[in-house]
Amino acid sequence: MTATVQTVETEILSALATVLDPELDEPVTELGFVRSVAIDDEGVEVHLRLPTSFCAPNFAYLMVADAYDALAGVPDTGRVRVLLDDHHDSDKINAGTAAGLGYVGTFGVEAEEGLDELRRTFQRKAHVAAMERCCRAVLASGAWTLEELPLLELFDLPEDRLKLALLRRREAIGLLNHSHARVLVGHDGEPVAKSDLKLWLRLAATTRVSIEGNAHFCRGLLATRYADPVGAAPVITNSRSHP
Amino acid sequence: MYEKDGESYYIVDGHVHIWDGRASNHKNVHGKEFIDCFYDYHRNLSPEDVIWDYDTYTYYGAERFMKDLFAEGYVDHAIFQATLLSDFYHNGFGQTEEAFGLARQHPERLTYNHAYDPRNGEAGLEQLRRDAERFNLKGVKLYTAEWHGDSRGYKLDEPWSRRYLEECLELGITNVHVHKGPTIKPLDRDAFDVADIDKVATDYLDLNFIVEHVGLPRLEDFCWIATQESNVYGGLAVAMPFIHARPRYFAQIIGELLYWIGEDRILFGSDYALWTPKWLVEKFVDFQIPEDMPEYPAITPEQKKKILGLNAASLYGLDVPRQFRLPAASGAGV
Repeated sequence: MTATVQTVETEILSALATVLDPELDEPVTELGFVRSVAIDDEGVEVHLRLPTSFCAPNFAYLMVADAYDALAGVPDTGRVRVLLDDHHDSDKINAGTAAGLGYVGTFGVEAEEGLDELRRTFQRKAHVAAMERCCRAVLASGAWTLEELPLLELFDLPEDRLKLALLRRREAIGLLNHSHARVLVGHDGEPVAKSDLKLWLRLAATTRVSIEGNAHFCRGLLATRYADPVGAAPVITNSRSHP
Repeated sequence: MYEKDGESYYIVDGHVHIWDGRASNHKNVHGKEFIDCFYDYHRNLSPEDVIWDYDTYTYYGAERFMKDLFAEGYVDHAIFQATLLSDFYHNGFGQTEEAFGLARQHPERLTYNHAYDPRNGEAGLEQLRRDAERFNLKGVKLYTAEWHGDSRGYKLDEPWSRRYLEECLELGITNVHVHKGPTIKPLDRDAFDVADIDKVATDYLDLNFIVEHVGLPRLEDFCWIATQESNVYGGLAVAMPFIHARPRYFAQIIGELLYWIGEDRILFGSDYALWTPKWLVEKFVDFQIPEDMPEYPAITPEQKKKILGLNAASLYGLDVPRQFRLPAASGAGV
């Protein structure tokens, strides 16, 4: 056995870590939304849970469907099952996702359209918040002034997690990530005009506050609901007969 | 009223309930899920020494209500916000008759706001007229995300909703409280989106739109709209208790609100019995923006007075005793 071989557990957890709560923009693994992972010869069964039974069904559905897709991409996993526990639409969402019905197929008359637009809205907000964090950091470092910000390029950002997060979010909304791309752009890639700069940054800061605050709220509620320490790790069992 | 450090505060609690979440009132499992969700909010965000036991929380009745608000909670006037949820509870969640009876007994202390649903069409309009007369309505509380048959929510700018808003104008109902906050059950569309407020606020300038829960978890959308519409207000119910559990987040919320919509359009609300007003009032009066958050200016006692009561008093035409008024406003009004 060598240390470089990834265990099936880590592969599955890494896959789940790519699933984000669409509104909070944080991985479901870090939010404590993954209750358990059971691996056996048949495949893998993951149970997800949410801070309240009234979490919006459209967001819940997105997370279940994304988890399903992420796990299906892990080689040799076998049959994938993702189940949402303790939600007012658990049965509906679980059955619909298992059958690959999609959101509209799952909710029938209740769903007028798919969830792509909703997802895009939150991806755009996540991008705005990530951009604002980078801008704040370069302003705080004293390397850039407010007036110079419109000229800031990806190349100018220090290689840290703030930049990585920004690149990921840019990619998600279809922006190019070449090193001379401007940082301060709208979701259409258009640079922010100098005259709008102050107001724009202010609104971006409010977006960041809103997203961060919601994440605090959800973590606290989840801990209250399940009497867990905040950020509790999922229960993982592996009963596979082969490695 | 509340006094601290030589300052006197007139307190209007803009968001209170008498509810019945007992098992005997559950129509289905959602009735239990709903009150359990409220109880988790309560336990998650309250200081430990004011957390209730579950049974008391599901139903506390009028006597406890009066004690918690007026005997102990410093509240001078409180406004009931109706929460009917008839799909989950046999006799509704908010206890209309009990609340209205109490408001009739104590008109100087209590205002009763009822609800309507524009999806009830012409019959609902008739009902609204009767309700306006019976309850002497000055305000209504709307749940745009409430389920109704096949519908999973409505927008304020839909044609029927507009007819109801116009009827409100006719009937002298000037305060439209809209629940735009934590999820109940939106599904096919994002029923908590605040964009519909933007449209109707522009079209009905004589109505005041109070966005409850300041649009959380979409604070930035609310701020953006409220800053452009002079008749849009932010109700702090559900945002308030962060003052204890997450004070830095609370500082950010209140800092953002003061920046975007200003001190005249923010309204205190405990959301009783989610939280009791006593500790919220005490903590808010003591509250200050942390020094390491220079992006927000300090909050003044004058701003706190407006938020805790004077702003709501002005919307509801309450007679604020002279000693609580601000110097600039003392000559005006009643």
